Amino acid sequence: MVEAVLETVGLTKRFGGVVASSNVNFSLKPNELRCLIGPNGAGKSTFFKCVTGLHTPSEGQVFMRGQETTGWHPHEIASLGVGIKTQVSNVMDGLTVFENIWMAGRRFMSAKEAAQKANDVIDRLALGPIAKSELGRLAHGERQRVELGLVVVADPWLVLLDEPAAGMTAEDVDRMSAIIHELTRTSAVVIVEHDMQFIRSIASTVTVFHQGTVLMEDHVDVVMSDPTVRNVYLGKKA
Amino acid sequence: MPQFWRKSDSTAIVVALLLMWLMPFLISTYTLTVLVIYGMLGLSLGLIWGFGGILCFGQAAFFGLGAYTYAIAAINIGESTIPMLLAVFVPALFAALLGAMMFYGRLTDVYLGVITLVVTLILFKFVNSTAGPQYTIGEARLGGFNGIPGFHTLNIPGLPEEFIWGDALYYVCAVALFLAYFFVTWLLRTSFGRIAIGIRENETRVSLMGYDVRARKTALFAIGAAIAGLAGAFFANWGEIVTPGLFSLGQSAEVIIWCIVGGLGTRFGPIIGAAGLAYLKFLLGQQTFIDNTLITGIILVLFVLFLPKGIVPAVSSLWQISFGRRASRKSANRRPRRKVRNANG
Repeated sequence: MVEAVLETVGLTKRFGGVVASSNVNFSLKPNELRCLIGPNGAGKSTFFKCVTGLHTPSEGQVFMRGQETTGWHPHEIASLGVGIKTQVSNVMDGLTVFENIWMAGRRFMSAKEAAQKANDVIDRLALGPIAKSELGRLAHGERQRVELGLVVVADPWLVLLDEPAAGMTAEDVDRMSAIIHELTRTSAVVIVEHDMQFIRSIASTVTVFHQGTVLMEDHVDVVMSDPTVRNVYLGKKA
Repeated sequence: MPQFWRKSDSTAIVVALLLMWLMPFLISTYTLTVLVIYGMLGLSLGLIWGFGGILCFGQAAFFGLGAYTYAIAAINIGESTIPMLLAVFVPALFAALLGAMMFYGRLTDVYLGVITLVVTLILFKFVNSTAGPQYTIGEARLGGFNGIPGFHTLNIPGLPEEFIWGDALYYVCAVALFLAYFFVTWLLRTSFGRIAIGIRENETRVSLMGYDVRARKTALFAIGAAIAGLAGAFFANWGEIVTPGLFSLGQSAEVIIWCIVGGLGTRFGPIIGAAGLAYLKFLLGQQTFIDNTLITGIILVLFVLFLPKGIVPAVSSLWQISFGRRASRKSANRRPRRKVRNANG
């Protein structure tokens, strides 16, 4: 059996009396693309935050490439070679696109290599015309794309994306799914997402969260035709 | 990839040399020396606040600590070279410990301000209460509110009898400020400096990139304290006495005002703000008609209301609008980013 790049065992997170994430067992193979879905409050983002170190789990363990990372700080997890994009866009507004991407690369290579790599990424993501603009002046879709650039420049082997397609135009979404497919060649990808259209377009295995637990795990088409899932999503576009 | 030597650096050198040479014709070197020292103190806060996003209400603590370290060491050692080095090292070490405590404890913004303020207050109260003869370090009596007079002032390294004072002290201080300025310039162009600016912009993002934000903030904080300590040591040499007033809250507040007025996020702004306001205070001190602090307060309010970015950014954008080429004009005409975000923090 191939070693899992990301594995959680009995992961539980409580906020006071609320159990946001309950006994989640999750396993991800190398180069796998996995989407986490579920209605609001299902515990996807809590799970995501526990894995990335933004929250400390109340119980259970997290393993990355066999190494236990439970309770690590985000910077320690990122140092392993894990690329993280949070739900709220987290970029450095006062700096240029180049400077943003350069800085993400600099952590893992020399300043000169990082500059070269940043330019490569800027070309790959078609950010050339805005490379010298400050992030604060860019449109939402562009900012999302830059943030993805921050993630890919470091050549991660595990990429964790929280709602990368939120609030993007159809064109941006298409571009985003192309980039994500390219990413899966070199790394495993976990995506937390609401947008079923987007998930269909990247056609992956889906883990459905409901009330803090994992409801089911299967290919997107199977999941979407499942009556329980449809029930959970009742009223949502599915 | 930014070059380490830029055209603007040559301009800065020429301007600095000209200023150093011309200013003594306008203002006495005795006054100029203290303006230069305040400029260095302003620069130290300008670095950690303007580029590191760390609003420290206790820059005066490091300034005073530098001055006291110098005075105490000079009395015990009887020459000035080692005391000068200690005056840089001790505040840096103190700041590293204090910073580690704050940043590893995940304190931010307001709490950081409160703690640095309280530390300054504690030092002020403590030093004030050391009048008794039992408070001595080596041969140096701390002297409480009377301060420490009569220590060995700056001498040529290796020649304890060759004192540097008067005009010579002014030139030494000016060159030191000049070197500190270029040190800061260099630092901000290294990866360390660029990442520090990243931390100012978005701490979460920088930690998600895999950088240990706590360690980096602590290091920057200590560097800022080292520069403030150096300024303090020069101040001790200029005044030839150190008093607890160095640790006063008024001094701390003034440094912050210098930075706001001069322009946060620039290297030159805090220097010019410090020197300008300190000179104004000096001029106002010669009359009794209006209270000094009132004027400083009014200036701060006026700047926050009408020129929130400070003098240097305002002048440079004005320059670009008037003389810049089309490309730069375009960027100057865009909606200016306001810097108040940091000032509120």
